[in-house]
Amino acid sequence: MPDPTTPILTADGTPLKAKLAQTTRQLKWKAFLLTLPLVLFVVITFVLPIGQMLYRSVHNPAGSNVVPQFAEFIQEWDGQGLPDDKYVESFVKDLAVARKNREIGKTVGNLATRVNYEMPGSRSLITSTARKAAKITEGPYLDALIKINKKWENPAIWLTLQRVSKDYTLAFYLAATDMKYDETGKIVQADDLYQIYIPILLKTLWLSAVITVLCFILAYPVSYLLSTLPLRTSNLLMILVLLPFWTSLLVRTTAWIAMLQTEGIINDALVFLGAIDDDGRIQMIYNQTGTIISMVHILLPFMILPLFSVMKTIPPSYMRAAKSMGASTFYSFRRVYFPQTIPGIAAGTLLVFILAIGYYITPALVGGNDGLLISNLIADHIKKTLNWSLGAALGTILLVVVMVFYWIYNKLVGVDNLKFG
Amino acid sequence: MKLKLLISSMALSLGMGFAGSASAAGGEITVVSWGGAYTKSQVEAYHKPWIAKTGNKIKSEDYNGGIAEIKAMVEAGNVSWDIVDVELSDAIRACDEGLLETIDHSKLPPAKDGTPATEDFIEGTLYDCAVANIVWSTIFAYDKSKMPEGPKTMADFFDTKKFPGKRGLRKGAKVNLEFALMADGVAAKDVYSVMETEEGIDRAFKKLDTIKDDVVWWEAGAQPPQLLADGEVAMTTAYNGRIFNAVAGEDKPFEIVWDGQVWDLDLWVIPKGTKNKELAMDFLGFSTGTEPLAAQASWISYGPARKSSAPLVGNYATNEKIDMAPQMPTNPENLTNAVQNNFEFWADNADQLNERFNAWLAK
Repeated sequence: MPDPTTPILTADGTPLKAKLAQTTRQLKWKAFLLTLPLVLFVVITFVLPIGQMLYRSVHNPAGSNVVPQFAEFIQEWDGQGLPDDKYVESFVKDLAVARKNREIGKTVGNLATRVNYEMPGSRSLITSTARKAAKITEGPYLDALIKINKKWENPAIWLTLQRVSKDYTLAFYLAATDMKYDETGKIVQADDLYQIYIPILLKTLWLSAVITVLCFILAYPVSYLLSTLPLRTSNLLMILVLLPFWTSLLVRTTAWIAMLQTEGIINDALVFLGAIDDDGRIQMIYNQTGTIISMVHILLPFMILPLFSVMKTIPPSYMRAAKSMGASTFYSFRRVYFPQTIPGIAAGTLLVFILAIGYYITPALVGGNDGLLISNLIADHIKKTLNWSLGAALGTILLVVVMVFYWIYNKLVGVDNLKFG
Repeated sequence: MKLKLLISSMALSLGMGFAGSASAAGGEITVVSWGGAYTKSQVEAYHKPWIAKTGNKIKSEDYNGGIAEIKAMVEAGNVSWDIVDVELSDAIRACDEGLLETIDHSKLPPAKDGTPATEDFIEGTLYDCAVANIVWSTIFAYDKSKMPEGPKTMADFFDTKKFPGKRGLRKGAKVNLEFALMADGVAAKDVYSVMETEEGIDRAFKKLDTIKDDVVWWEAGAQPPQLLADGEVAMTTAYNGRIFNAVAGEDKPFEIVWDGQVWDLDLWVIPKGTKNKELAMDFLGFSTGTEPLAAQASWISYGPARKSSAPLVGNYATNEKIDMAPQMPTNPENLTNAVQNNFEFWADNADQLNERFNAWLAK
């Protein structure tokens, strides 16, 4: 009988336990090395950009880049009333130096832009003052600035300067949630007239939900047909589903423009049939309706395919069995068939909903004024207003919203129940 | 082996010899502008003569304004645009942010009579990083054949009772607020002082509210003449040159209303870090010379930025009967109720007002 305290040895005399651990370690390493290309790919093309986006949404060093000494010094100021002349002196001197700097990210314009985000209307205050800053050679510096422009009398501008002198800021998240710092530096709701991001985000969620439901209603019968028809007919039907799926997104969107516009095919047909008169053409595009119609069409295959793949696996004999035991068609569908399709429904709705939340090109082309989604605003800030930090903050919020939905979804349906095919 | 090496190195040195001489002529620059009739006028008046004179090539690209592309290129250190036609407020902002090369005004060619460029250019058209080429204007226009008794004033544009039909407006706050205020009875000279106040902005948006449901928004300069021609709108704001082009070049029955026009400058800028800076600078100097500027004005009704070009502006290039002078935004008769776009106001307030504009639009 072997002694339980002496370890079992392998042929070369090492303990079996250690040998086993070593082998598994080696296998794990091999497996890891195999996935390394993918891991690197994901890190470089996905994790790093998203990390950079998160970073950019809170990190905006305009202050310490442009007026470095002042940016450090002003943090000592207690923020009461107007700052002491020693702070102003360092501001004026830094500004005079910055005026000559042409390096990207470190020019007076960069500081002016940043200040202008938080205090609209103060860009020219900074740039015009910078032009004259070198001429101010002796104190009192604050009075000299006020002589250049009355706005320097306003304590709010100094509070803003103190805030933008910090490298890390929440200002862009405030802006992205329709809030701002007020004159005294307190966080308040933005004026009603400037409320835009939260309403559009809510609208995006609402429209995505509507689109998902419509997709589901349209896709369910189609998928059922696909899975039950004889092979020849179902293949043809499948091609009809896949053909648009393979067609370029832009082509499909512009096709919808041709169909739906006021001088378009549908309106022409309705006028021809006498259903509406020529002046009463229906506005179906460049608004929410247009966005919903074309997005439902474009996202439909993402609902059909997972549904189809799940339905295909359900043997028709189940329904027959239920019916033979006396269940009505509806009852057997509800109790037998439908529950078995839930993994497909779950996958389809999740896919469509998450794709819809981030949709960009289609609403940009057919959304007009009230069919725009949050991603269009993000694009606007990246491409037009150049407020990349605000764009990044909005993007981060969108990412968080999607993750929250995924989490809720996981709680409700269970991600393990998903079946994509 | 040795022989092969020798031949290839010879070929190489020969090739380099060619390349060396090619840099003087045979270089290529990318010139970016607003497309359509406007780019065509530049191709005729600037590109072709410059190509003929220097032997270099030009790649012409179109864009819709703004400095996003320039910023992205410069920050990524991969500048493929060599010279860009931009609006004043964008030129100032891009220059402030260090995205543009500074331009030595002394290198610009003098006028024929020897007047240095700095005195020949109209006041307020030369900047550290930008040189103006033309004065253009946003006006509104309508189709005469559909509206014989057409609108006369900016107030008429906002009067959908008197003049029913859709209106075309550029999507954005700029210029629309100015128009709204003038339509609401603000004198041209007071427009920007009214806009400095919150009440003034409220007033402008309130006026825009009155036509909001009738507006078709456009973004590219080529759209408004198309909207008018298609009958999508009864009247539309537009860049004056585009409407002129549709009238003179395509015989469209459009009429420009100059009342309340907002005029502005277009300027050449050179993005920082372009590899063809010398060539771009050469093109900039050439194209803003007295004659090319005057020549451009014979292709499109935008006023030249040089004083010495004005007397040379003659008739429309493809139709001798059309005198260009009365078509210019700067023609005294057209200036009776006009505003110059206040670039400083827009540099300060564009972000905020566009946000409000977007919120307004989405409601």
